[in-house]
Amino acid sequence: MEQTYAIELHNITKRFGSVTANEKVDLEVKKGEILCLLGENGSGKTTLMNMISGIYYPDEGMIKVDGREVRIRSPKDSFDLGIGMVHQHFKLVDILTAAENIILGLPGKQILNMKQVNKEILELAVKYGFEIDPKKKIYQMSVSEKQTVEIIKLLYRGARILILDEPTAVLTPQEADRLFEVLKNMKKDGCSIILITHKLHEVLSVSDRVSILRKGLYIDTVKTSEATVESLTEMMVGAKVELNIDRPEPVNPVKRLELKNVTCKDINEVVTLDHADLTVYGGEILGIAGISGGGQKELLEAIAGLQPVSEGSITFYPEENQSKEIANLDVADIRALGVRLAFVPEDRLGMGLVGSMDMTDNIMLRSYQRGKSNFLDRKTPGELAQKIKDQLEIVTPSISAPVGQMSGGNVQKVLVGREIAQKPKVLMVAYPTRGIDINSSYAIYNLLNEQKKKGVAVICVIEDLDVLLELCDRIAVLCGGQITGVLDGRTAKKDEVGVLMTKHEKGGVSHE
Amino acid sequence: MNKEPMFHMSKRESITLGKRIMIYVAAILLALIVCAAVIVGLVHMNPLGVYKAIFDGALGSSRRIWITIRDTLVLLCIAVGLAPAFKMRFWNIGAEGQVLIGGVVSAACMIYLSDKVPNVVLILLMLAGSAIGGLIWGLIPTFFKAHWNTNETLFTLMMNYVAMQVVTFCICFWENPKGSNSVGIINQATQAGWLPSVAGNAYFWNVVIVTILTVAMFIYLKYSKQGYEVAVVGESDSTARYAGINVSKVMLRTMAISGAICGIAGFILVSGSAHTISTSTANGRGFTAIIVAWMAKFNTFIMILIAFGLVFMEKGATQIASQYGLNENASSIMLGIILFFLLGAEFFINYKIERNRK
Repeated sequence: MEQTYAIELHNITKRFGSVTANEKVDLEVKKGEILCLLGENGSGKTTLMNMISGIYYPDEGMIKVDGREVRIRSPKDSFDLGIGMVHQHFKLVDILTAAENIILGLPGKQILNMKQVNKEILELAVKYGFEIDPKKKIYQMSVSEKQTVEIIKLLYRGARILILDEPTAVLTPQEADRLFEVLKNMKKDGCSIILITHKLHEVLSVSDRVSILRKGLYIDTVKTSEATVESLTEMMVGAKVELNIDRPEPVNPVKRLELKNVTCKDINEVVTLDHADLTVYGGEILGIAGISGGGQKELLEAIAGLQPVSEGSITFYPEENQSKEIANLDVADIRALGVRLAFVPEDRLGMGLVGSMDMTDNIMLRSYQRGKSNFLDRKTPGELAQKIKDQLEIVTPSISAPVGQMSGGNVQKVLVGREIAQKPKVLMVAYPTRGIDINSSYAIYNLLNEQKKKGVAVICVIEDLDVLLELCDRIAVLCGGQITGVLDGRTAKKDEVGVLMTKHEKGGVSHE
Repeated sequence: MNKEPMFHMSKRESITLGKRIMIYVAAILLALIVCAAVIVGLVHMNPLGVYKAIFDGALGSSRRIWITIRDTLVLLCIAVGLAPAFKMRFWNIGAEGQVLIGGVVSAACMIYLSDKVPNVVLILLMLAGSAIGGLIWGLIPTFFKAHWNTNETLFTLMMNYVAMQVVTFCICFWENPKGSNSVGIINQATQAGWLPSVAGNAYFWNVVIVTILTVAMFIYLKYSKQGYEVAVVGESDSTARYAGINVSKVMLRTMAISGAICGIAGFILVSGSAHTISTSTANGRGFTAIIVAWMAKFNTFIMILIAFGLVFMEKGATQIASQYGLNENASSIMLGIILFFLLGAEFFINYKIERNRK
């Protein structure tokens, strides 16, 4: 049966300098269909979607909308064709209400009839099953509400083809389920949805078909009903990958770090970490779960000496019967105390590394002060850089190339490699595998396990609950700056964690 | 019907040195062609004649060559002083004021101490005093930024006007002859406090001081631990804190060095060439030096070339003004055109333009 596609891409090629981001990609989305676009980071998904939404222009190839060939040269062209994209980072004006954001930039009459607008928005919400208050201001909203506003904004403008870029990365499992319900309603109404995601179980549960990209190449499109996690992974990575993360039993755990009543405030005196109590043992991996902005960043930064602590104590135990208080000390002070604390921050190139410097200069970032000389010793860090490059198989032309030009996975290997080379007693990693391909991710999980076996206390913040439940010995859940529970990683269930991620109540701490 | 765009640009990953030089040469040639068109179009003169006059003005005689060198050295000295500040992304547009204060301190020493201490001691006192003056002038805005996060761009700019008022105030006391509202040549008879000529060359010490500063700053930025800290702070505050660097301390230290070198530039101006002080002693060099520092990407050796190029054009301008009766602004237009093309060349070094394939 002949069917017109909502949108068709033929032979699309896009190059950036010598890098080919997309090569001869074909993609078709039917009306009333959810298509998942699957691929590792750097496989060209976002580039492809940016060409549909008018941010880039393809070097070669053809785009058809409703069977007609079109040229999309700007985001406006894309809007006019009924295409809308929800980006990972929301583009909303904080001090305006939902309704004001939705009509922002739309042509209209001189006199605004907000009542009418609110009514239309509520009609849309009822039709697709959203929950929204059009009069609520954006800054009062949760992440999931903001996402709803973004989606309604597109529908209000008459978009019939919606692109969602990793929409569930910021949501709890429960919120994600609700989003999928809405997407299914939209599909029934004849909308076409392109969903970009990494999470295979989501692909299998909501999509009709899956298109797979690998290293910029179009691999295949398969029916979801005929796909399995294994078959999709194989297509995505190009080889069979062992998906089990090793979890050795902790050997002889000793108390290494103790947080008592730790409270942090931001510059506006808003509490970001609320009386957190936590004990960390050497030889185990402690996972931190929570929705983004739940206090994970503050927790790690408070321990690392990058965040002032307004209340409470952070005690480090180098040996039994010895203790050192490190709350409110800065990085240099902590180092001077002889506390070997390694930290892989979330913002790799904004905090952990200097993008414009080469590997050698980055390797010495945390150790350049050593020695009495006023001049830099580049020989030792240079040798270490070469060693890290060889051991972790970092792909870069040489150790004197700027790290900012490396791919995300290699950047992270440089950072983790440097921190581990300090032979830490406590290793903290924030989102260690965000934006990193599957092979590199597993390499990094293995590195964490190695450290654990060496007796290092490993603390890691990971957003993917599946990974967290497979990797960690214990999981502490944060919500709104409070630790709402500490679970055993071997027995905890995903929905248990999900509930704790949204549980707002005073004194909800349940230590084992 | 929408048409496909003809060209698109993309970022270069790397560029060979040869290609980089070719782009600059092409930019200068294009700039000269445009200048020629402007000259012919506006004043109907032979552009080649005008170019020759520019060359003569800058390098036409031994005396002119030395004046060009002298002014290049001052501009270079200020740019060397600005290099660490801008590398730290501290927008120090107060070099003008730091130079003036250095100059005022030098002049004060010359006026008040010339008959009290031997000449060598006097000159060393002037050098140290001007460096301290510039240092303090640089530290004031930095202190406020470090403690209350004030905006250094506005603050350093305003400090320029304060420095000018300080000079105006001093001129009231130092007027010579009375009523001239200017200081005149200080110690003309004794030449006390003047950098002495060596083997008949009045600018020997200027060359020595600026060369030492240029080489030292190159080594400081590239090989010292403090230079490394400057680079890290310039990239990102949070990276610096993460590395255990005390950002305020590095900021204060770096601006102390930056201000001191700018103050020394004031000393060189007063002691080594002008032998007087006025509100226009710095004459906009504090701003021009920013262009020198940035275009050289803080490499002090490349700054020598750029400073020379700018002074060359400035001297040439004065020459065409007198030889052809053109207003001096004519050369400002030419300098503007050349800078426009040189800065534009940066774009072609970072990006390439490709034709879209059909």
